[in-house]
Amino acid sequence: MWAFIHKLGSPKWFYGISAKLQPWFWAAAALLLLVGSLWGLVFAPADYQQGNSFRIIYVHVPAAFLAQSIFISMAVSGLVFMVWKIKVADMAAAVMAPLGAAMTIVALFSGAVWGVPTWGTWWMWDARLTSMLILLFLYLGVIALRGAFSSRDSASRAASVLAMVGVINIPIIKYSVDWWYTLHQPASFTLTSRPTMPTEMWLPLVIMVLGFYSFFIALTLMRTRSEILRREASKRWVQDLVNGQTVHVQAEETR
Amino acid sequence: MHSTSHSASDSSSDGAARSASQRSAHGSSPSALESALQEAGAVKEAQAWPLLEHQGGLMLAVKATLVRDLTLLLRRRGEVLNPLVFFALVITLFPIAISPDPELLAVIAPGLLWVAALLAALLSLDSLFRSDYDDGSLEQLLLATQPLAALSLAKVAVHWLLTGLPLALMAPLLGIMLALPAGSYAVLALSLALGTASLSLIGAIGAALTVGLARGGVLLSLLILPLYIPVLIFGAGAVQAAILGDGVAAHLAILGALLAAALMLAPWAIAASLRISING
Amino acid sequence: MSLCLQARQLSCERDDRSLFTGLDLDIRSGEIVRIEGPNGSGKTSLLKILSGQLSDYQGELFWNGAPMKRVREHFLANLLYLGHAPGIKAGLSPLENLAWYQALSGEQNVGGHSEDQRLDALEQVGLAGFEDVPAGQLSAGQQRRVALARLTLSPRALWILDEPFTAIDRHGVAALERQLTMHAEAGGCVIVTTHHALTASPLLRRIALG
Repeated sequence: MWAFIHKLGSPKWFYGISAKLQPWFWAAAALLLLVGSLWGLVFAPADYQQGNSFRIIYVHVPAAFLAQSIFISMAVSGLVFMVWKIKVADMAAAVMAPLGAAMTIVALFSGAVWGVPTWGTWWMWDARLTSMLILLFLYLGVIALRGAFSSRDSASRAASVLAMVGVINIPIIKYSVDWWYTLHQPASFTLTSRPTMPTEMWLPLVIMVLGFYSFFIALTLMRTRSEILRREASKRWVQDLVNGQTVHVQAEETR
Repeated sequence: MHSTSHSASDSSSDGAARSASQRSAHGSSPSALESALQEAGAVKEAQAWPLLEHQGGLMLAVKATLVRDLTLLLRRRGEVLNPLVFFALVITLFPIAISPDPELLAVIAPGLLWVAALLAALLSLDSLFRSDYDDGSLEQLLLATQPLAALSLAKVAVHWLLTGLPLALMAPLLGIMLALPAGSYAVLALSLALGTASLSLIGAIGAALTVGLARGGVLLSLLILPLYIPVLIFGAGAVQAAILGDGVAAHLAILGALLAAALMLAPWAIAASLRISING
Repeated sequence: MSLCLQARQLSCERDDRSLFTGLDLDIRSGEIVRIEGPNGSGKTSLLKILSGQLSDYQGELFWNGAPMKRVREHFLANLLYLGHAPGIKAGLSPLENLAWYQALSGEQNVGGHSEDQRLDALEQVGLAGFEDVPAGQLSAGQQRRVALARLTLSPRALWILDEPFTAIDRHGVAALERQLTMHAEAGGCVIVTTHHALTASPLLRRIALG
């Protein structure tokens, strides 16, 4: 177990293995997103109440899911980095933050666009949208904190602590915002909270969610790889790689 | 200066090989190297200095830190008064900017009072660890044999005593100026007293994370304000419930629960953050 | 029991810049170890690693033969570290500053008995008459002396001192040097960085960085 963790911790090993995994995730993402969007946007039946505008769900819900998942995986990466001092975990956390913030913005924007036909306004202090907005602030905080330190090691550890503090707070924030919303009840209709959804409507949604996740994994692998090259630029294996020599990716530890 | 760490790990010198075996023997019983080190220590017999065992005294250290921080702040009264003046000023701005109509003010008073108190508490957070960091006593705090979490809890307690508690006591007075309906004054003070304790604890994490940064003030607010939202919701909610004549027990209980959770978790996060900040 | 602090294959890298690599150290009772090197060679970082403040290093530290992680409390109970900044609160008097440090290290008798100890310690560093003046009104050298009074006040075996001679006059430098030698002769141990030329002594050992 220990050996495995340390192997995973080697940037060189990760660089090699991610090169093999990456194409599969790109392929899965392309396939799932294509099928999901065609099915969802063209073939799925229109909603009896909202008509075609409900189709925003196929972007909004996966983006919102992903926005939350990325924060959790960022915090887990931070924990792994803090406990085992595995640098790759921190590199992954570093590239996840802007991605998560982008997903949160996508979710917020699609929610706002959806609000126009549903509520007749671009913004409503709906419980989900409000939580999403707070999540965006949490992301921005992590990104800003990482950028504020001059020492990279301190920046990594500070961002890890903040991500962990944030992830403990996310459920608390979510429940308190839900509670606040039900207390004030400014609108009787909430996005995406529907009692039943026919199979032909939710199946493409599941496919879209899976597609978004594959896309996220592929993109994270790709960006982590470039982050590895950037941070390890002074290491010999990277210089060998750049100089075109073959690199033997072995189970040995590179520190 | 050696070029990179590779040169050390590639060379097959004794030291590198030994340290590699040491690293792989993680968690196992004391290795050969350790016993070799002990033998080496026993060979040379200089006059020995009596080594001390760690003697406890946690309560003593916590009490001394409480007294020290209280003394320091009470000698600079301006810093204690500033958040209170800020609180009163912000509350004055709202009737001027919105309307002096008591009926309108009464509706928004609970929220205004809570937001203004929250901002006042936030403003004073930046200085929580700043002077300790600047004069080097933070390093000494880290090197104390006592757990850093307990010592930082003492510092946070002082912050609440001299910021949160006075704000809570002052809030009813400002409530009168905002035509806050009768019957909610006690709840306002109580909810603020409970809530600001959580705010101090959560805020101290941010203060500890940013203490090493030259301009941490604005960043601190950016990090901490989203985390304040649950406390704000239940704090302002309690006052509103009191105005409507609903039961406030649930709100206060949740505020208490948030405080309990913050008391349990925040000191560890503060300690970890301080260690990061001292690393520079 | 004689003390020993050992480092094996210590490497420190700060932001891709390697400060030192593969450093082996054996520091024992009765030694004054002077860490030397040009500015930016990692002297302060090394002292911070040895005193357990910096965790960002590779290699192993041993305290009396046991891995540092396991005996950290025992190590800290015997360590006195003075950093670049003296750690003296401007708003408190020298006596109050010292009282806090005594309480922080869990020294039980903070009553009248140790008040005398604190007065003695301050007198020894030449601060008699300044005991109750707020430290903020003292000069930089005097504030440094308040910190140095802790050397007398707390009987710790291992002293790690980062530039302790900063801002101290010639007379004080000589006194401090004598104190370091006496501490080493009594079986204590001193690790120090300084730009001052220390007088040669059989106890003095130099370690060069950079």
